[in-house]
Amino acid sequence: MRYLPLTPDDRAEMLSAIGVKSVDDLFVDVPAAARRTGVVDLPLHAGELEVERELSALAARNRTAGSAPFFCGAGAYRHHVPASVDHIIQRSEFLTSYTPYQPEIAQGTLQVLFEFQTQVAALTGLEVANASLYDGSTGAAEAVMMANRITRKGKAVLSGGLHPHYVRSIETLAHAAGVATDTLAAAVDAEAAVIDAIDADTACVVVQTPNVFGTVTDVTAIAEAAHAAGALLIVVTTEAVSYGLLKSPGEMGADIAVAEGQSIGNGLNFGGPYVGLFACREKYMRQIPGRLCGETVDAEGRRGFVLTLSTREQHIRRDKATSNICTNSGLCALAFTIHMSLLGEQGLRRLAALNHDRARKLKAALTAVPGVEVLTERYFNEIAVRLPRDAAEVVETLAGNGVIAGVPYSRLAPTAGMDDVLLLAATELTSDADIALLQKALTKVIAQ
Amino acid sequence: MSMNSVGRPTRPEAPANDMPTATLTGGRGLLQDEPLIFELGGWDKSGVDLPEATGVDDALDGLLRHDPIGLPGLSEPETMRHYVRLSQKNHAIDLALYPLGSCTMKHNPRLNEKMARLPGFSDIHPLQPVSTVQGALGLMDQLAHWLKTLTGMPAVALSPKAGAHGELCGLLAIRAAHEANGQGHRKTVLAPTSAHGTNPATAAFAGYTVKEIGQTDDGRVDLADLAAKLGPDVAAIMVTNPNTCGLFEREVIEIARLTHEAGAYFYCDGANFNAIVGRVRPGDLGVDAMHINLHKTFSTPHGGGGPGAGPVVLSEALAAYAPTPWVVHDGDSFKLVEHEVEEASAAFGRLTAFNGQMGMYVRALSYMLSHGADGLRQVAEDAVLNANYIKARLSDVMSPAFPDGPCMHEALFDDSWLEGTGVTTLDFAKAMIDEGFHPMTMYFPLVVHGAMLIEPTETESKYELDRFITALRALANAAKAGDVDRFKNAPTQAPLRRLDETLAARKPRLKWTPVSPAPLAAE
Repeated sequence: MRYLPLTPDDRAEMLSAIGVKSVDDLFVDVPAAARRTGVVDLPLHAGELEVERELSALAARNRTAGSAPFFCGAGAYRHHVPASVDHIIQRSEFLTSYTPYQPEIAQGTLQVLFEFQTQVAALTGLEVANASLYDGSTGAAEAVMMANRITRKGKAVLSGGLHPHYVRSIETLAHAAGVATDTLAAAVDAEAAVIDAIDADTACVVVQTPNVFGTVTDVTAIAEAAHAAGALLIVVTTEAVSYGLLKSPGEMGADIAVAEGQSIGNGLNFGGPYVGLFACREKYMRQIPGRLCGETVDAEGRRGFVLTLSTREQHIRRDKATSNICTNSGLCALAFTIHMSLLGEQGLRRLAALNHDRARKLKAALTAVPGVEVLTERYFNEIAVRLPRDAAEVVETLAGNGVIAGVPYSRLAPTAGMDDVLLLAATELTSDADIALLQKALTKVIAQ
Repeated sequence: MSMNSVGRPTRPEAPANDMPTATLTGGRGLLQDEPLIFELGGWDKSGVDLPEATGVDDALDGLLRHDPIGLPGLSEPETMRHYVRLSQKNHAIDLALYPLGSCTMKHNPRLNEKMARLPGFSDIHPLQPVSTVQGALGLMDQLAHWLKTLTGMPAVALSPKAGAHGELCGLLAIRAAHEANGQGHRKTVLAPTSAHGTNPATAAFAGYTVKEIGQTDDGRVDLADLAAKLGPDVAAIMVTNPNTCGLFEREVIEIARLTHEAGAYFYCDGANFNAIVGRVRPGDLGVDAMHINLHKTFSTPHGGGGPGAGPVVLSEALAAYAPTPWVVHDGDSFKLVEHEVEEASAAFGRLTAFNGQMGMYVRALSYMLSHGADGLRQVAEDAVLNANYIKARLSDVMSPAFPDGPCMHEALFDDSWLEGTGVTTLDFAKAMIDEGFHPMTMYFPLVVHGAMLIEPTETESKYELDRFITALRALANAAKAGDVDRFKNAPTQAPLRRLDETLAARKPRLKWTPVSPAPLAAE
């Protein structure tokens, strides 16, 4: 029990200082019926070596993304993370600190959050960003709740290009809060169809670009239509690297931008922890969910940072709180900010262009496979294709051949009637050889 | 989660003590002021070498970003130095005791970090074929088994991303169960006045009206008040146990019985599970749903505010309503159920895009395996022993809020002992910083005046506890001796003096702007 510093002598001395005979006397308030005398039915303690062995054996049963030609995207992306990022986030002072409630001794975390907020505002083209949310999907759900509070209208219109898991996350929260949702049918390139669904009761319109099929959309006209109806436009992005190449949500008229920030500085981690980016127009600052870090001065007039505007938050307002957020993804936000600092403007633009470049190669290779139809016309680093066969079966067969070929759309939305649609992403890590192997394997499987 | 002083703006006082002799450059030894990256970086500088791309697809015409984004770049050495310098302005559990009550700051074993970084866990995609992630699903299954066994509950939903997210998960399951049983009219949730602020906030967010239950003089739920408020409109009660006063709810079984008799469910806030793990199973108390903050009980790092993880254990009555996704056995292998339609289940929906906090699952299981059934029981005993030791050793100089009987894993004091000294709880906390300790949680729970909630956790040695006790006794004596300036000026030994939180809220400046506006000035 290497993590427990008390010795039997310490315990005896402390019990005597407290004035009790045994530690059981400290549990007297537990009803006798619920006191357990023995240990529960689980293995006993294990040394470091044993634990490493057991967990390594589990890890070894997974096929890592780096061990095969790999094309999965659909909301989580595999990018190269510079070595210094993981080194810095493992420093004790960042890793083992708490929420910066005592700003005088938490300036490290606070300044990072201020830098993060500035970066996110710049990337999204909006005025104010928060200090991160759990992930993109919970951020999207919080954005819908926020739009409902601002407009005092009762309906959210969700585009058919929105990631189906995001749709479900929004619907779940909206149902609880009594907000109606109007989810349009899945479509590769139909973000603009939301315009027809806007009515007087619409609080917000949620569109995604690049969407789950990879389609990039200029949402300016949607913003105009939403605003004309007194609704807000929420733009969701699951691939934050795309900000380096494409027009920002703010530039296109978005009121709220939500993104999954995992792409920058954070690994795949089988779905989490990730980091939600959240930005909005300045006039909605006091409605923004989650933590905010603000600049101020100390008693000697020196610049410093504090958590601020927390009177919106649930730990203060109790049943008047405006969100379900009680924390942020501090460490993942730190990883994001470090990676972004290393990239800088030029690095991000180059990385984004490189991702697009790889997707161009991927698209050309897939177009050349007989029977494969590329569905996505305007793409960043991800495309959807239609196969002559069930996509899930093809993916399973290719996995057996050593290629992780992407995400069947039916995995996300089994009832959408798009069983032959496959989503594939390429990043700077996708090599020409990977693409060639995919092309060859896919050609073979389809011909069978 | 903590209520630590948030929303209690502080205004810095002018420094009364002598300023140190000024240096020639404004430097302060190793504590250098650190500019923002926006002041340090270059617009054409990068710390990453990447090849140039060859071109852009014509179809993107008109969709490209042309204007500058506004992101400075730093070379790698500049990046290292910037963030290492910033790190040195943080207090952390690896530096010293971090006695935040209700937040549970314990040692974070590095083995957990090493395991979470195994490529087999960190470099797998949430949507790659399930045949290629059997180890990950096996790990989730094993974690679920530990959580169910430790709590004595039949089911668990792993995906909630934090404690409050877990509360939401539990309440949505309760709501779905009521709706399925024709009890959809139940729209009230009862919560004690001492509840974590997240409890009423979550209940309201889930569409419920919140009613408070009073508490007794000895810091427990008032059973008579509870019985009076339970009725056909009540969907659930939310009780933290051990509660936020650091006390075990002695009548918890009776609370559960009354609740169930009234047709409502018992949600337990499991934030303080580390006080009873291995000694008490919430399932034996009549709990229907309880979230477990993996970062608190099972040592995953707080990381300056997250990520957390808040799996929720569920009773038989609620198990069917757990949100997707979950893991099931499929013969010799594991299957991931991602959609309600697959199993024709009653799942209330989905809380987040993917599988929850896998990285945290690995860390938590690593901690569980290290401690084992025997070690986890010792965890609860040492956590409780340490808190009672602090309470016993400080009771003659400070005033415990509930002097009679033992506390659980945290010791709660009020500010009556500071009466007449001119020193407030906040001042006292800031003076602790100068003595080298992170302050305890202040002004929470709200039911105790000027509350000071101290949670040492089980990973503190007697040496460190004694050091802490010595410092607090010295400060208490200084306050009583009229050494008020020490407190009003504190901290003087931190990277910054007391910060003006009022100004930050009144004139919010939430990002760096290229042209520096007029200097901030207090009104």
